[in-house]
Amino acid sequence: MTAILEVRALVKQFPGTRAVDGLDLAIEEGICFGLLGPNGAGKTTTIEIIEGITRASSGEVLYKGDPQGQAFKEEAGIQFQSTALQDFQTVRETLEMFGALYPGGMDVEELVDLCALGGFLDQDARKVSGGQRQRLLLAIALVNDPDIIFLDEPTTGLDPQARRNFWELIERIKARRKTILLTTHYMEEAYRLCDEIAIMDHGRIIAQGTPRALLKQHFDDSILELPAAEVAGKLENFPFTVYEEERGKVAISTGDVNAAVAALLQRDVSLGDLEIRARTLEDLFLELTGKELRA
Amino acid sequence: MKARLALRFRRFLAIFNARNREFLRDRSTLGWNIILPVVLVVGLGFIFSSSDKPMFKVAVVHQAESIEAIDLDFLDTRYVQFFSVPDVESQMPKVARHQVDMLLDLSDPRSPHYWINDTSPRGYVLEKMLPEGNYQREIVTGREVRYVDWLVPGVLGMNMMFSCLFGVGYVIVRYRKSGFLKRLNATPLAAIEFLAAQIVSRLWLVMAITIAVFVGTDLFLDFMMNGSWLLLLLITVLGAISMIALGLMLAARVTSEELAGGLLNLVTWPMMILSGVWFSLEGTPQIVQWASVLFPLTHMLDGARAVMIDGAGIVDVFDHLLILLAMTVAFLVIGAMSFRWKED
Repeated sequence: MTAILEVRALVKQFPGTRAVDGLDLAIEEGICFGLLGPNGAGKTTTIEIIEGITRASSGEVLYKGDPQGQAFKEEAGIQFQSTALQDFQTVRETLEMFGALYPGGMDVEELVDLCALGGFLDQDARKVSGGQRQRLLLAIALVNDPDIIFLDEPTTGLDPQARRNFWELIERIKARRKTILLTTHYMEEAYRLCDEIAIMDHGRIIAQGTPRALLKQHFDDSILELPAAEVAGKLENFPFTVYEEERGKVAISTGDVNAAVAALLQRDVSLGDLEIRARTLEDLFLELTGKELRA
Repeated sequence: MKARLALRFRRFLAIFNARNREFLRDRSTLGWNIILPVVLVVGLGFIFSSSDKPMFKVAVVHQAESIEAIDLDFLDTRYVQFFSVPDVESQMPKVARHQVDMLLDLSDPRSPHYWINDTSPRGYVLEKMLPEGNYQREIVTGREVRYVDWLVPGVLGMNMMFSCLFGVGYVIVRYRKSGFLKRLNATPLAAIEFLAAQIVSRLWLVMAITIAVFVGTDLFLDFMMNGSWLLLLLITVLGAISMIALGLMLAARVTSEELAGGLLNLVTWPMMILSGVWFSLEGTPQIVQWASVLFPLTHMLDGARAVMIDGAGIVDVFDHLLILLAMTVAFLVIGAMSFRWKED
């Protein structure tokens, strides 16, 4: 596979802080690549340098083997974290305006169909709902039928239903073999959509790979969760690691679920509220960055 | 090459149309842009045409160091503004048009002359106030320039100034602050295409509104027009472009709407006072007159009034045209070179 995008020794120095600190990255064509990290890790700065919006202090970004130029601008689709649009335009007019800025691209009708804009096409673009607005911004990012798409926290602030609808849209775009660079705070989103992820902290990449490979590399256990009240005083000298979780729960880490369950039964713990789960990207994220997701 | 130019024009047109829609659909702003100048022209024209101006104006040609140094009681008369002028010829058209009520030539004390327009009531009163003596009476004829004839270029020019400066400068800062410019920067749109669209959009809108207000109020007030309509249009277009370019320059990298408002006020207020919108700068201190030439509005108003009232031709207003052109080029070059799409 060839890399559509390569980032080499990227550095961005702001007064008093180094937002990106010698970052290297290669993104293969046709995959969805997730860039994860806590707030202030340098994700948005990195993505904006790649997009050509922010200038790097040093390092280089290569698109299809060449520095970003006019070809990149014409072939990239970008959705910022937050974008204001021109006032007093309908959704259709907004799409047509952005479409006219590119030499070619998708028809408005195709975009409407792909991003499910049909119900509010002639509404004032300022007056659509949060989910509709994100779909419109995605449609604008797709207006030039791009080879590579940048989505910076596209589902932040959406309700669960709107988020899931948005994921379905991204899956439809993935099916068209587009390359996607996605930043997100939602580990479930990254796990579902990304073929490969990189976790950033302090301007550097601290882990990279497929979600499954990363989980396998860092964890070999499962988690048993029980209400803290249920196990009070019953887990002294328990043979597996026990730690307290939020919302009044206790977690038990084990590589042998059967043995852990047997040990709990031996101590008269009721298993009515037992939950057994595999390790998630969220566990990995917390393990690597030591931070809450929204810290 | 041809395809690239066509693409550039398509991008320009897309931004131009979007900006036009934004302006025309914002009913409150559009209404304000039309109603304000109509109210000012009609209201002020009515107020000042129904009552005489409180002061008599007498231009004096003399060889003394100052008017105060001349030993003549008449020159101490209260409520009369006496001011020095270098020669008789330049003032005669003003007496003809009632802009100066009397012209007094004391350069030869043995044979003083005075000129009045015998249809001017103020000229008649001043003549009665002249002391006995060997003053030679001269008559000048001509249609009176009403205050509204003089005022209309000022009010329309002021409205254009606000529309050009705030309608471009403030809007660009708002686009930058909201992140809309940053979004456009992520497309192939070039800065020059974006700026050209803003200039042309504002230019046609401001010209359309100004022409509509002028023609509409002219039906009722019958403004004086002694020169060429085409020349007046040329001066107005150049004046509008220079003020739009000034707005672009001021907004080139500002990211705060408060600062933009302050900067725009910093240039609009002095222009409103010092460019001769409301009153003539004749007789004001020399420093005020020097300061006034720094503003594009001064050149647009002086040129427009020269064409409308004095019937000036292109040669007479060539200096104003040239200065407006030079200002436009300078503002555009500085504005385009320092333009920023986003906050740093």
